[in-house]
Amino acid sequence: MPRPRSDSVSGWGRVADPGRVVWAERLEAATDGVALLRGLGRSYGDSASPPSDRPVVLATPLADRILAFDPASGLLTAEAGLSLYALNRLLHPRGYFVPVTPGTQFVTLGGMVAADVHGKMHHSAGTIGRHVRALRMRIADGETGLQTLTCSPTVHADLFWATVGGMGLTGAILDVTLQLERIPSPWIEQEVTKHGNLDELLSALQTASATWPSTVAWIDCLRTGAAMGRGVLFAGRWAPADIAPAHSPRWARRGVAFPLESPIDLLTPWTVRIFNEAVYRKQLRARVRGLTSPEQYFYPLDIVKDWNLAYGRRGLTQHQAVLPREAGSAAVRAFLQELTRTEAASFLCVLKDCGDEGGGLLSFPRPGTSIAIDLPVRRDTPAVIARLNAAAHAFGGRIYLAKDRFTTAADFAAMEPRLPAFLEARRRWDPHLRFRSAQSVRLFGDPCEAARPGAR
Amino acid sequence: MTTPKPQLIAILGATKGMGRALARAAAGRGAKLCLLGRDGDELARSAADLQVRAAAAGHAGPPPSTILCDLEDPLSHAPALLAAEAALGGLDVVVVTAGAFATAAAFDADLGLAGHVLHLDFTCTILFCEAARLRLLERGGGQLVVFGSVAGDRGRKPVGIYGAAKAGLHHYLESLDHRFAAAGLRVLTVKPGFVRTGMTAGLPEPPFAGEPDAVAARVLRAMDRGASVVYAPPIWALVMLVIRWLPRAVMRRVGF
Ligand SMILES: Cc1cc2nc3c(=O)[nH]c(=O)nc-3n(C[C@H](O)[C@H](O)[C@H](O)COP(=O)(O)OP(=O)(O)OC[C@H]3O[C@@H](n4cnc5c(N)ncnc54)[C@H](O)[C@@H]3O)c2cc1C
Ligand SMILES: NC(=O)c1ccc[n+]([C@@H]2O[C@H](COP(=O)([O-])OP(=O)(O)OC[C@H]3O[C@@H](n4cnc5c(N)ncnc54)[C@H](OP(=O)(O)O)[C@@H]3O)[C@@H](O)[C@H]2O)c1
Repeated sequence: MPRPRSDSVSGWGRVADPGRVVWAERLEAATDGVALLRGLGRSYGDSASPPSDRPVVLATPLADRILAFDPASGLLTAEAGLSLYALNRLLHPRGYFVPVTPGTQFVTLGGMVAADVHGKMHHSAGTIGRHVRALRMRIADGETGLQTLTCSPTVHADLFWATVGGMGLTGAILDVTLQLERIPSPWIEQEVTKHGNLDELLSALQTASATWPSTVAWIDCLRTGAAMGRGVLFAGRWAPADIAPAHSPRWARRGVAFPLESPIDLLTPWTVRIFNEAVYRKQLRARVRGLTSPEQYFYPLDIVKDWNLAYGRRGLTQHQAVLPREAGSAAVRAFLQELTRTEAASFLCVLKDCGDEGGGLLSFPRPGTSIAIDLPVRRDTPAVIARLNAAAHAFGGRIYLAKDRFTTAADFAAMEPRLPAFLEARRRWDPHLRFRSAQSVRLFGDPCEAARPGAR
Repeated sequence: MTTPKPQLIAILGATKGMGRALARAAAGRGAKLCLLGRDGDELARSAADLQVRAAAAGHAGPPPSTILCDLEDPLSHAPALLAAEAALGGLDVVVVTAGAFATAAAFDADLGLAGHVLHLDFTCTILFCEAARLRLLERGGGQLVVFGSVAGDRGRKPVGIYGAAKAGLHHYLESLDHRFAAAGLRVLTVKPGFVRTGMTAGLPEPPFAGEPDAVAARVLRAMDRGASVVYAPPIWALVMLVIRWLPRAVMRRVGF
């Protein structure tokens, strides 16, 4: 996969931080020189960027070996840099799939664990952390040393749950042992329905989640008034063997690349309006049911590679918040109103029904509704994010670190009563804060000596 | 001309990069492998990976055998190849991807490094190939697949010393082909262009950068054809054709 530029580091949002990426096959040895690891850089913001005083981050994708796979139990152990892209092509045709997948397959196992990713199946399967059986890690040992150690839900459980969702701040994940799911067929049975307004959509989302293991809704954020929240709901499950063809759908070898960084921001309110209209209109009938491939179902955005280039030089960010179930649909409505007020155009506004909270000390999802929107970066982005955070906070919501670049430490602390418990566990294992990121400096008050000029 | 698909393959360099990719591609079509390398743990991890991938492709079986062999230690070459032959129960192909690389700038800063790379990529690699061709000829023939480089095709600014070692290696491999083709030895010189592996990580990418998996697929096809030289990615054949013809006055001025 093409590598990012060498004099700066950025996430999917392409907002650059100072730093440099190094690559290695042997993560255990290479962790010596760095404060942070990164996978395929699909987190949007600065989660995978190094702190400016130790500006080297170790990229894991060359560490992609599978160390064990038992077809009888579905238990997989692999190096942390193995991508979901490779895993899907290898084991899906054999009848195994990850129990939890995010909306892109260009992620690594290590990145999935560190962000404790969730997917359309959150209400039924939880986050990936629920399915991780063990992590072999390289962690701090004394002031400068490092040690290798294995943790699991039963051994060094506090380290394990601080690492799941801990954004790389407890140490380097070397190998991951993960329980895969045996799938009844290689196809997805999908039902797509169209809903004209928010109340209809939200109640349909909840009803669908009661019977379908996997659900998500795309809504048109530019609609106001009666049509606010009109959108399309996708519900799916692995198709039972008796209704699915025996052959496996083909996995695409490569996506269509977005040609070049756009010189301008293509995502004006007008282009987005046309896109959203097209998504809504494409769905002709109110209800369509049928079989589809997991690639089309789980990764529709992967079809255009590097679509983040469409946002131009200044890049993009995402705001993803979960509003608690108790706050009800009124909260979702109020939040969407705040969104439409920002006039921040967005291709994607995704609603997701979340189930039980996972064991990760900083894991994002909690029971309620998750709302995610992509925003082009502009001068007023920090202010927009602050307003959205204030709205989320007002309803007892919280945000997803893997998407964040612009939240302030004070706002984050206000939304995260769990933060002190996480920081305490992290200090137990890494008292000298050897592992840090640009994000942890920004949000957790980690120390960061002023960057020395020319420091490497 | 097609030859039967290679089955018994000893490979030096399967723990990383293009060797890793080539071993995966070969295991995925049912070849039996023996991994040669300098680090037992790394060999074991690669063997496990190859076993899982072979099984996923419908070729379940034990993991490839592994044998310690340091390219830098020529005394280890012949015994390792003998052990590989014993472990495989025969020997059809020997692959060498092991090697080292550094840019002209790095050599300028450290002449010792230049000595190391020249020694490894030229002397040690040729000595390993000598041991390998002796083994193969004793069995009545076989295929020797060795990774050179486009850097050996022309004396270019950024890759002078490394390129010189590879050029010398190409020269030697060509002579092997001429000398032993009649005796049943097929020699394939692989000339990769810029490929995204650990060896090139951190270097500025030229156009036409390739992926190890695509290189592996191309090398396997060249092996099946019994080809003697293959460029990978393929576009580099054309690029080097042009570069070989550029006058010195131009080469002095351009950056590559
Ligand atoms: C189009 C798109 C759709 C997405 N959809 C979803 C979704 O549906 N659900 C969801 O949960 N997320 C989603 N994401 C976010 C993405 O899944 C996460 O950000 C994930 O962490 C990215 O994995 P990565 O390998 O690219 O990690 P990176 O982005 O490189 O790193 C993410 C974090 O993991 C840490 N890390 C990575 N590897 C290691 C390691 N070996 N050891 C220790 N720490 C490590 C990094 O330090 C960083 O903090 C989406 C992102 C995109 C671009
Ligand atoms: N990548 C490119 O762009 C490129 C371009 C042109 C030519 N090439 C050539 O192609 C070949 C493969 O390159 P690559 O990019 O795949 O390299 P790589 O990723 O660095 O892998 C090199 C392999 O060689 C092994 N090795 C190194 N020194 C060794 C020694 N002393 N004894 C035994 N094994 C040793 C390594 O094993 P360990 O795991 O023990 O380190 C590793 O498996 C090399 O000959 C290189 O010169 C590469």
